[in-house]
Amino acid sequence: MTSAIDSRISTVTGTSVVLSGNDIDTDRIIPARFLKHLTFDALGEHVFEDDRKQDHARGVTHPFDQQERSAGSVLLVAKNFGCGSSREHAAQALYRWGIRAVVGESFGEIFRGNCGTIGLPCVSLAPEHAEEARSIGLADAGAVAEVDLGKGVLRIGDREFPVQIQASLRDAFLEGTWDTLAELLKNADQVSGTAAKLPYLTGF
Amino acid sequence: MGSTLYNKVFDLHTVRDYGDDRVQLFIGLHLVHEATSPQAFAMLKERGLGIAMPECNVATADHVIPTDTIARPLLDQLGEDMLARLEANTADFGLRFFSPSSGDYGIVHVIGPEQGLTQPGMTIACGDSHTSTHGAFGAVALGIGTSQVRDVLATQTVTMNRLKVRRIQIDGALAPGVTAKDVILHVIHELGVVGGVGYAYEFSGSVIENMSMDERMTVCNMAVEGGARCGYVNPDETTFAYLKGRPAAPTGEAWDRAVAWWRSIASDPDATYDDVVVMDGAAIRPMVTWGINPGQSVPVDGSLPSVEGAAPEVADSYAEAYEYMGMKPGDKLGDHPIDVAFIGSCTNGRVSDFVEVSEALRRSGARVSPGVRALAVPGSNAVREELVRLGVDKVLEEAGFEFRLAGCSMCLAMNMDKLVGRELAASSSNRNFKGRQGSPTGRTMIMSPLAVAAAAVNGSVCDPATVFGPASVVSSS
Ligand code: SF4
Repeated sequence: MTSAIDSRISTVTGTSVVLSGNDIDTDRIIPARFLKHLTFDALGEHVFEDDRKQDHARGVTHPFDQQERSAGSVLLVAKNFGCGSSREHAAQALYRWGIRAVVGESFGEIFRGNCGTIGLPCVSLAPEHAEEARSIGLADAGAVAEVDLGKGVLRIGDREFPVQIQASLRDAFLEGTWDTLAELLKNADQVSGTAAKLPYLTGF
Repeated sequence: MGSTLYNKVFDLHTVRDYGDDRVQLFIGLHLVHEATSPQAFAMLKERGLGIAMPECNVATADHVIPTDTIARPLLDQLGEDMLARLEANTADFGLRFFSPSSGDYGIVHVIGPEQGLTQPGMTIACGDSHTSTHGAFGAVALGIGTSQVRDVLATQTVTMNRLKVRRIQIDGALAPGVTAKDVILHVIHELGVVGGVGYAYEFSGSVIENMSMDERMTVCNMAVEGGARCGYVNPDETTFAYLKGRPAAPTGEAWDRAVAWWRSIASDPDATYDDVVVMDGAAIRPMVTWGINPGQSVPVDGSLPSVEGAAPEVADSYAEAYEYMGMKPGDKLGDHPIDVAFIGSCTNGRVSDFVEVSEALRRSGARVSPGVRALAVPGSNAVREELVRLGVDKVLEEAGFEFRLAGCSMCLAMNMDKLVGRELAASSSNRNFKGRQGSPTGRTMIMSPLAVAAAAVNGSVCDPATVFGPASVVSSS
């Protein structure tokens, strides 16, 4: 998370993990009890913990428990992924598990922002493309998925789909300036200037 | 052409425009709590950074604070660690801390307004989604993640997108027994849980104008549950009357200048909106959620919807919700006995919420049904003290509620207050996600405090008017 090393992100290449449900909220990505930690370090192993346990109890293997997906880095999702709580823990848990890009129809707003600030791009694509990408990923755990931010495409299997990401955020990934703090710190004078014209900070 | 409050405030606080609607936004008030701040402080220390403007930041502890005793060390070791870390961080960095030992602690979204820190025209940020609550005062109030908490601490700014603005105009008058909670549940039911993505919601119309500040906070609190990043109400006489005399409110001539400025930042009559939705307040019924997101709700005596009749994009989540909740289409919520009744949270943990409930209980003489565990948890210690002064604690306790210490309590169960197993709760909080109240299989139905009290008395969900009589449920608006 420091920009001392090369922090440019232009493509993310790897195998996929597929979650097909809509409205997967951040309480499910990382249950609230894991908020009671002073660091983010251990979150990776607890990602989707309750869903995984419940699947296990029903004799189903959750995608995050499938042996052949354990090195997956491209998460393929459906609609409104990451809705709910503003906890950055959700983004951190996915990142620390090994996810490096999330591709889906739509995202919870705060979640997508949180992912951006830790260098985890969330890109969206048309519902029919998202569904097709998920079925390719589901059918073949070995299929390589590649999110190419520069070209704005997802390649998976032998298919290629256009993906969208806000242009300024894409540029921040491509240029390695997604570390928001480094950017914000450049501007102390202008910050004081803005503060000086706010009535509530200057006695009205 | 006129402008909206959102755009006026956003422009005034823009430090730098990155293009593409992303800006560096100045944050006038940053609220810090124990659950989302420790990693942010650690990142600052790692980078050797200090706090840019300590006077614009205040901290409180709420999520992990027990509601039976706050004696130290807290019984729960992880909770104790988080509280101790916040104490250390606020001391190290020189931040004002409303600590449990000081008597002025409480849920972050309750104490900001109560202290008069929350004011019109501000940008407010907090590492918590329900920061939207503060929009009730005509502030632009945004939930942020932990890296952004770090950013605000270090620079008093954050990278933010400009939102579109949807005016939600609710005209007419509410029927007796219909509360602010029902209004926002209705809005979310109509517009959906993702309908607000990319928007700020401006709540207006006679229903909103006639609401107290407590009620406006309830509405804005749940704007995020409709997908909006924030919600707000234009400041008016009700807002100013609430703020006057609060500890952090301006005084003397500054007060008059403040009021003049606050008036000026309200949306202009000829402001243009990206979208306008008009609703009829008289058509709103007491609403209760039956599913696993806050949009899955029905009128209190309605039948649960069919999966086939649902729009294709929600049919899947309906099926999932029915499986999780152990309910089926056509059921009435009243068919399902409740185990727990919870009144509290940043949505409905303010003085008027408990007063309304205690009045209904007192007048009807109704008592909590045997077998229902009923909790009343004030949103702040100041709320609690006021309720004790009013004798509300006695009424609640005599009716069978536990009257507990202030905190987030069972809203998300980062403390000892949790559902057990598959317990079914009637809850005045804001989220009914799977596992939200502390048990991975626990079930939550969101409703107004009055409806929670009615369910507690009846043993299952019912129209408050049937328990308390139509006369006792006159809406406080
Ligand atoms: S009461 Fe609930 S929603 Fe509000 S701040 Fe506490 S945990 Fe969050």
